[in-house]
Amino acid sequence: MTTISWFESYWAGMKSEVGGKAASLGEMTGAGLPVPPGFAVCTSAYRRARDESDLDAQIARILHGLNINDTDSVTERCGQIRKLISTMPIPEGIELQIRGAYLELSARAGTKEVPVAVRSSATSEDSPDASFAGEHDTYLWVRGAEDVIDAVRRCWASLFTDRATCYRVEMGYDHRSVEMCVVVQKMVHPKAAGVAFTLDPTNGDRSQVAIDAAWGFGESVVAGEVTPDNFRVDKVMLDITKRIISAKTQEYVLTDHDTVEKVDTDPERALQPCLTDAEIKAITKLAKTAERHYGCPQDIEWAVDVDLPEGENIILLQSRPETVWSRKGPTAVIAPGTNTGDFMSSIVSTLMSPLYTKGSDGP
Amino acid sequence: MAGKFPLPSEIVAPAGAEGWQELYNYSSSFSADRAEYEDSMFWFQDGVHWPKALLPWDASLMEMAIVSLSQYNSRHLLVPPANGIDFRILNGYVYLSPVPAPEEDIPMRAEQFMQRAGHYFLNWNELYDNWLVKIRDLVKEMELLEFSSLPDVEPLEVVTSGAGVGSGGAIQANYLKLLSCASTLWQYHFEFLNLGYAAYLDFFGFCKQAFPGISDLAIAKMVAGVEVDLFRPDEELKRLARMAVDTGITDAFKTGDVEGTCQALRAAGEYGEAWISSFQQSAEPWFNFSTGSGFSSQDKIWIENVEIPFDFIKNYIDSLQAGGDINRPTEAIAAERDRIVAEYMTFLASDEDREAFNGKLGLARVVFPYVENHNFYVEHWSHSVIWRKMKELGAVFAKEGFLDAPEDIFYLRRHEVPDALFDLYHSWAAPAPARGPHYWPPIVARRKGIVEALNTWKPSPALGVPPEVVTEPFTIMLWGITSDSIANWLGGGASEDGTLNGMAASPGVEEGPARVIFGPDQINEVLDGEILVAPLTAPSWAPIFGKIKATVTDTGGMMSHAAIVCREYGLPAVTGTGFATSTIKTGQRIRVDGSNGKVTILD
Repeated sequence: MTTISWFESYWAGMKSEVGGKAASLGEMTGAGLPVPPGFAVCTSAYRRARDESDLDAQIARILHGLNINDTDSVTERCGQIRKLISTMPIPEGIELQIRGAYLELSARAGTKEVPVAVRSSATSEDSPDASFAGEHDTYLWVRGAEDVIDAVRRCWASLFTDRATCYRVEMGYDHRSVEMCVVVQKMVHPKAAGVAFTLDPTNGDRSQVAIDAAWGFGESVVAGEVTPDNFRVDKVMLDITKRIISAKTQEYVLTDHDTVEKVDTDPERALQPCLTDAEIKAITKLAKTAERHYGCPQDIEWAVDVDLPEGENIILLQSRPETVWSRKGPTAVIAPGTNTGDFMSSIVSTLMSPLYTKGSDGP
Repeated sequence: MAGKFPLPSEIVAPAGAEGWQELYNYSSSFSADRAEYEDSMFWFQDGVHWPKALLPWDASLMEMAIVSLSQYNSRHLLVPPANGIDFRILNGYVYLSPVPAPEEDIPMRAEQFMQRAGHYFLNWNELYDNWLVKIRDLVKEMELLEFSSLPDVEPLEVVTSGAGVGSGGAIQANYLKLLSCASTLWQYHFEFLNLGYAAYLDFFGFCKQAFPGISDLAIAKMVAGVEVDLFRPDEELKRLARMAVDTGITDAFKTGDVEGTCQALRAAGEYGEAWISSFQQSAEPWFNFSTGSGFSSQDKIWIENVEIPFDFIKNYIDSLQAGGDINRPTEAIAAERDRIVAEYMTFLASDEDREAFNGKLGLARVVFPYVENHNFYVEHWSHSVIWRKMKELGAVFAKEGFLDAPEDIFYLRRHEVPDALFDLYHSWAAPAPARGPHYWPPIVARRKGIVEALNTWKPSPALGVPPEVVTEPFTIMLWGITSDSIANWLGGGASEDGTLNGMAASPGVEEGPARVIFGPDQINEVLDGEILVAPLTAPSWAPIFGKIKATVTDTGGMMSHAAIVCREYGLPAVTGTGFATSTIKTGQRIRVDGSNGKVTILD
């Protein structure tokens, strides 16, 4: 049974072993998209650890007679289970493999103890989906093998958050059937980060890419905490057709004690564009590639990696289908069924229409 | 709109130019007779084609051009929203006023237009092929017109052939024939040009609806031709440069002057002779190429000033020998154009849209050769012949003392020439002293002074009442006049932060030292790596485009020849700034953003 699965070895048949998040990262890696490298600690690792500690029996004992409406009891009992899981011994072979994989990831990153994000990747329908995401299943900027292993166990433990546990009880799912895969991925130290749409979100124009960008980690843009710089780029010509530079007053930065925190930005820096034209175009190309791969408009999260050389430093963190305009479908110019092939009527109405009165395209 | 333009009736003549109206036809001037109408219209100055004060005879071609354009809109094809264009000459400068069609006539016009324009669109290729034949025949006809001094004795054949008419009558008839040919030429020029623009606009409008964010430039790139006759003269220069390098005769060009070079070439044996012969072959017709717009008798023409093409060839030789690539990458350009088309198509919403896009693009491409090439055939080749013929006639007058020099003939109005010819004929027939040698030189001298004074006047970019919205399609496409540019003129000049706005004519951003020049005579001042700033540029300046980083002009729209040439050469360009040459100084560092139509003075 595979314990460790690197993103680049992912193939569709593995989905049950690695869960949705890892599968998505694996697919993007396989498509050649610039995703930070990493590996999945497969469900088999959790299973073996659980079996060797006889976890199921202990869990059954703790949850026996649980009344899910008694929130204090739920909190207390689930807390106990999570403590059990995060402290249970990991079979030696598995622990060695995790350490080995982390060592290799560090070597690939060219650094001694590469900072990673450790995240849960749910595998089955009877596990809660992403909407249940909470504080127990994502750990950022983890460094060192000890901390990584610790984080892996905490992710395992997130199978038994209060909500997840109650959900299973209500749905009648067996606690013994749930499994957890954990993704360990190199973290990007971003100079700037943000999101991009492969269409213009103001009008659905599919020929443009819209980019929102801010200094530091992308959280500020995703959470809407900062008014980002906005760029619109023509996909075909790669011209920057619109630029709005905003006052980016705050940013998430990496502190010198290895944490990610929000700070105020120096006023002069706040007004500088956080991306160069070259970076804007590179992000556009990345967004195009993602769109082409998935075959539909995308909403991506990207970052400019401060540690990588220019030309190779745009990283893809996330890519998912855009939902607003895609649901409507693209607006056709010719109303369906009206194209009579009569080009003369069209020319006449073009001459009559004031469309071209605006002249050159403004920024 | 805030701000106003002066009224035509408010403009006075500059000092030294009083009485300038006599240089032009009476109907071409503003006057009290039509002041009410004239003051109520909007007039924009055409600095694209006529950047300086018109010479009296030169005005003929301008008038024929504008009236021809007009007749097709108003009387032949009945372009629905637009009639023709009224024009006036004011202080020597050309002002144009688009005449809209009355609203109530539009439905009727639309119906007629469908039929008349439809005929052209459905038969375009055949009609264009025939058009080329008509033009070549017309050029031949004009070249056959003889303008030489009247003989002391009529050749015997005139008597024995029973012709019954002689040289005196012939020279007069030939001049009238030349005028008639010029009028025909201009009617050919506009025969279906506006339809070409209409097809282009149709494709343009579709793209803007499908992709609101698409740039004008991207659309122009999808339509533009790759093998274009307008670039053929430059291609011939390059071919000759390559030939010189390949056959090892480049030493002949080191002498730096045409005479010396030709001598050296002849001494170089068969390769040198072959080169000269090849040059002569290229020259007809491709070096019938004006250094200006082709509309001025004073523009130099390559075939008559061979030092110009020789200089360009020498530059290309130097480039080649330094290992440079002088080829226009036509394959790459065509591939790029195809890529752009294919990619935009993937973003279209439906099969119907794709079909419409292909149809409109197809039509735009069918019409574009005529749209891009007519300029060479009319304003360059045919005009070169006209200027040559007029100078031949001028030489006849100069020999008889009517003029001090052949070029002085351009100081006569076109309808004064027959009178002068009759004077000449009369004095030859009698024979008796002509009045011409006393009469014309003082008139020419006075008019030269007037034109000099007129050239000191800075024309207002517009006069009269600006329209709320500019809707007439050709005003926008040909001259680049839009509601935005009118507002820009009213704003007047660079903004406080040292930026100028204009048309985003050719994409890219470049920074560098500016070189401000005012005409083709200053081309040699332009150094490598500079940014060219000029009132306008002409297609024949193309050979220096290998040196410069970008161009900025005062005038011109997206479809101006300057814009077309810059796109073909991959140079960023901002056109229609209005004030570039009066604001920027040579040597100043400037940044040209051709993707956004912005020029920034950095110093």
